[in-house]
Amino acid sequence: MNTNIASLRARVLQPEARLIEEEPFFQPLGDEITLFEAAYASRLPVLLKGPTGCGKTRFVEHMAWRLKRPLITVSCHDDLTASDLVGRYLITNQETVWVDGPLARAVRAGAICYLDEVVEARKDTTVVIHPLADERRILPMEKRGELLQAPPEFMLVLSYNPGYQNVMKELKQSTRQRFIAIEFAYPDAALEMKIVIAESAIDAEHAEKLVRLAHMTRNLKGSGLDEGASTRLLVHAAKLMRLGVAPRTACRGAIAQALTDDEDMLRAVNELASSLF
Amino acid sequence: MSSPPPSSDRGASARRVPLTTADIESALHDGLDAVLSSRRTPTDAAERIAVLDRPAQDFVLHWVSVIARTSPELAFQFAAAAGAALRVLDAQAAERWIVGAMDAYDRDGLHAGGTAVADWQAFTGHHTDTAVSFESAAQVLRLFVQGLSGRPMAVEPAARAWTDTECIYLPPLLARYATTQENFLLYKGTAALLWAQSRYGTYNADLAAAVAPFDDPARALALLNALETVRLEACIARALPGLAADIEALSRDDLHDPRVSRLREPSASVHDSIALTHELYADPPLFESLYPSVLDPEGAAAARAARIAREKSAFQAALARMLEARTEAGEPAPAFTLEARSTDENAPAQHSALRLDESPVETPAEMARLMASIRQDLGDIPEDYLVPSGAGAAASAEAAEDPGDLAEPARIYDEWDYQRRHYRRNWCHVREHEVEPGEAEFVTSTVRKYAGRIAQLKRTFELMRVEERVLKRQADGDGLDFDALVDAYADMKQGAEVPSLVFTRRQRAERDLAVMFMIDMSGSTKGWINDAEREALVMLCEALEALGDRYAIYGFSGVTRKHCQVFRVKGFDEPYGDEVRGRIAGIEPQDYTRMGAAIRHLTALLGAVDARTRLLITLSDGRPDDFSDNYRGEYGIEDTRRALVEAHRAGVKPFCITIDREAHDYLPRMYGAARWALVDDVAKLPVKVAEIYARLTL
Repeated sequence: MNTNIASLRARVLQPEARLIEEEPFFQPLGDEITLFEAAYASRLPVLLKGPTGCGKTRFVEHMAWRLKRPLITVSCHDDLTASDLVGRYLITNQETVWVDGPLARAVRAGAICYLDEVVEARKDTTVVIHPLADERRILPMEKRGELLQAPPEFMLVLSYNPGYQNVMKELKQSTRQRFIAIEFAYPDAALEMKIVIAESAIDAEHAEKLVRLAHMTRNLKGSGLDEGASTRLLVHAAKLMRLGVAPRTACRGAIAQALTDDEDMLRAVNELASSLF
Repeated sequence: MSSPPPSSDRGASARRVPLTTADIESALHDGLDAVLSSRRTPTDAAERIAVLDRPAQDFVLHWVSVIARTSPELAFQFAAAAGAALRVLDAQAAERWIVGAMDAYDRDGLHAGGTAVADWQAFTGHHTDTAVSFESAAQVLRLFVQGLSGRPMAVEPAARAWTDTECIYLPPLLARYATTQENFLLYKGTAALLWAQSRYGTYNADLAAAVAPFDDPARALALLNALETVRLEACIARALPGLAADIEALSRDDLHDPRVSRLREPSASVHDSIALTHELYADPPLFESLYPSVLDPEGAAAARAARIAREKSAFQAALARMLEARTEAGEPAPAFTLEARSTDENAPAQHSALRLDESPVETPAEMARLMASIRQDLGDIPEDYLVPSGAGAAASAEAAEDPGDLAEPARIYDEWDYQRRHYRRNWCHVREHEVEPGEAEFVTSTVRKYAGRIAQLKRTFELMRVEERVLKRQADGDGLDFDALVDAYADMKQGAEVPSLVFTRRQRAERDLAVMFMIDMSGSTKGWINDAEREALVMLCEALEALGDRYAIYGFSGVTRKHCQVFRVKGFDEPYGDEVRGRIAGIEPQDYTRMGAAIRHLTALLGAVDARTRLLITLSDGRPDDFSDNYRGEYGIEDTRRALVEAHRAGVKPFCITIDREAHDYLPRMYGAARWALVDDVAKLPVKVAEIYARLTL
């Protein structure tokens, strides 16, 4: 192989300098775009609610493109602390150097900061989110003894999944009541088919069957499945099929196995898939 | 097929001499005495069993005695059929036959059990090793049917495959094909066909009336069944094309008669099938149905009529509630109308087709389901449905909808029968009660009595409570580790490699633990054992409050399988307050100890708690015991053991603290060697329980 190593390297971009250039495909279900734009103009933070894989992240990307702001996304996990968001001192050469966290960078650059699945983060993150999310719009940087005043361009967006069955991971009232909430649901059959086709370039017949399979798995929610198949999973399966993977195999890999580990449930989802394809 | 020896010790017993008719007759007499008379003797049965080889004879006599404990009459019927059946069935098939019959007996009584015993030939398929039993396929089929569109349907076993439009009944065993895949596919295909009978309106015509005019209504019904199958297969081919292709590969002998092709049109309905039955009755096409299913017009009509009536009143009550929410008193009530809807059979449930005074109204999800179900029966919502019921009717309809509310709701659990080596399905009914509070004085006097020990325990337990820890020398973290930093600086000055582990990180090592205490409240604890149990609980609660573990306390008792009882002393979310203290004081000896059912119920409760470690600790004074079903002894021990195995699989760790000095005879069998502890001095129980808990969870 004489491929130049340098050409294999991923491009290095500063997140706050990166603008989304191409329009991310987004199929609106209702007036979410209007609502988001109005919230942005009023400098209000937004909370996106909805099941996994229904297009929350895609929507934020689309809006960042529309508003021509950089987008900084943080996927929250249960070890994510406030200083992961704000920043910390690191040591280089003989001194300690302050390094901004993603939230601080977003505030400085007037970017859109998107905290994905925010309930996963540790409780102390609310300390930095709250003053940013109300009319103060400041980010306290405790370790530096500074307050960062957000410019008008900055926007905070959170997402969370209310169907997630875990009593430990609910969004507190004091947090949620600071946000404009936009609810996402799975699109209706015709729209979902359109999305699957647009994302995967699959033919209409297969897309229609995939959407039917999704509805079947959503019927099983609560009887062993925590969630039905999301639009994202349908797109994955469609992409596999598009490359010539047999439909039943594609559904098994992209949908059934992604949904569950339970033996009976796996078989049931596969039986449903093989009933359609 | 000849009869291979069914017993496992084949080599030894095969050499043994077969029993004579007289031997067998006397053995049968012993077991079946209760149902024999001078005119009803086991002689015929014994003669037929006598021609079997010895292992098969032993097998039959063993099962006769097992079944006789459940029902001597069923055992008699089994003995009568066994001679013929065991000459044909191998051991596995015979066992499936017997267990299936006993399940039928448990479920539907003697008549059903007898029918299943008589139906042993159903187990004579040539592919017994690749047969698929209902039990093994049931869960997948249930989920499969639930995934399909339309009204939700149950899936249950029955002697024949049919549907009453509410429940899909499937045979206990399918053994037609040489591979398990094909046999399962037949199950799946049959389930889909029966689902289609409900989904695509087979029973939306009066089938009994439709076949009544024929000289042989049974023959007409069979023809109609075949024609409906043609129509529904076409529906399935449109809705589930993958399944249709699989089924076609399975059968290969479609009904190709051109006269039936119009049934394959999307517009065809059951009325077309009925019309065609009239046309073809004199000269029916040759057909051999793939599916083992039948039509039962009476059974389905009854279920359908009941549902239609129930849903009509529920629908009108729901309309009344919608009106109530919208209109002011005194205003003229607006009228409901219906919007035209699409007729696509595969379209998902239609929403918002309902209009109020010509403007669309939002239909709640429950209402949409109801409307979809009504449309499945009647095609559309009839005009007279659109009249909201009066307020009183609304309430009564709601009550009628849920008859379970009248009685206390019981949770139903399976029970393990070690002799059958199978579960008895839906066998135990467990009801939850709250303990009547007793004198709170008991708790305060206990706290006073053991004040010193409690303080000691609290200190021990507080030490176990791990607070936040600071981890040093981390690669990253939320603070700087200055010790490490100084070292690193020194290293750097010396020209050595600079370590990068210079951060501190706070970590919360939480005790992520939930524990369920299951307290024996059987009659045998009466007196000082009960006092010791209650004192132990008080000390435990006091200590646990210091530790901060989540815990719940439930007592258990009961008489017979229908009345297993579980008493809540403290739920997981309840604080240890006056109410809980009162209930601890109020714990009183009740009846028997059917442990299996209690363990299954409490495991389910514990499973709902989110914790990394889940413990189920039983406080017991003796063996499992109940008034009926021979629960006392081996049966109870084996069922309890089975329930504990299930708990283990569900991620619950069981442990038992007992005061029974004979515990080593049976507790190791139930809990394993290391999962129980004996406190042989009842007086020490209060102190010991908390100590054992501390040791267990350190």
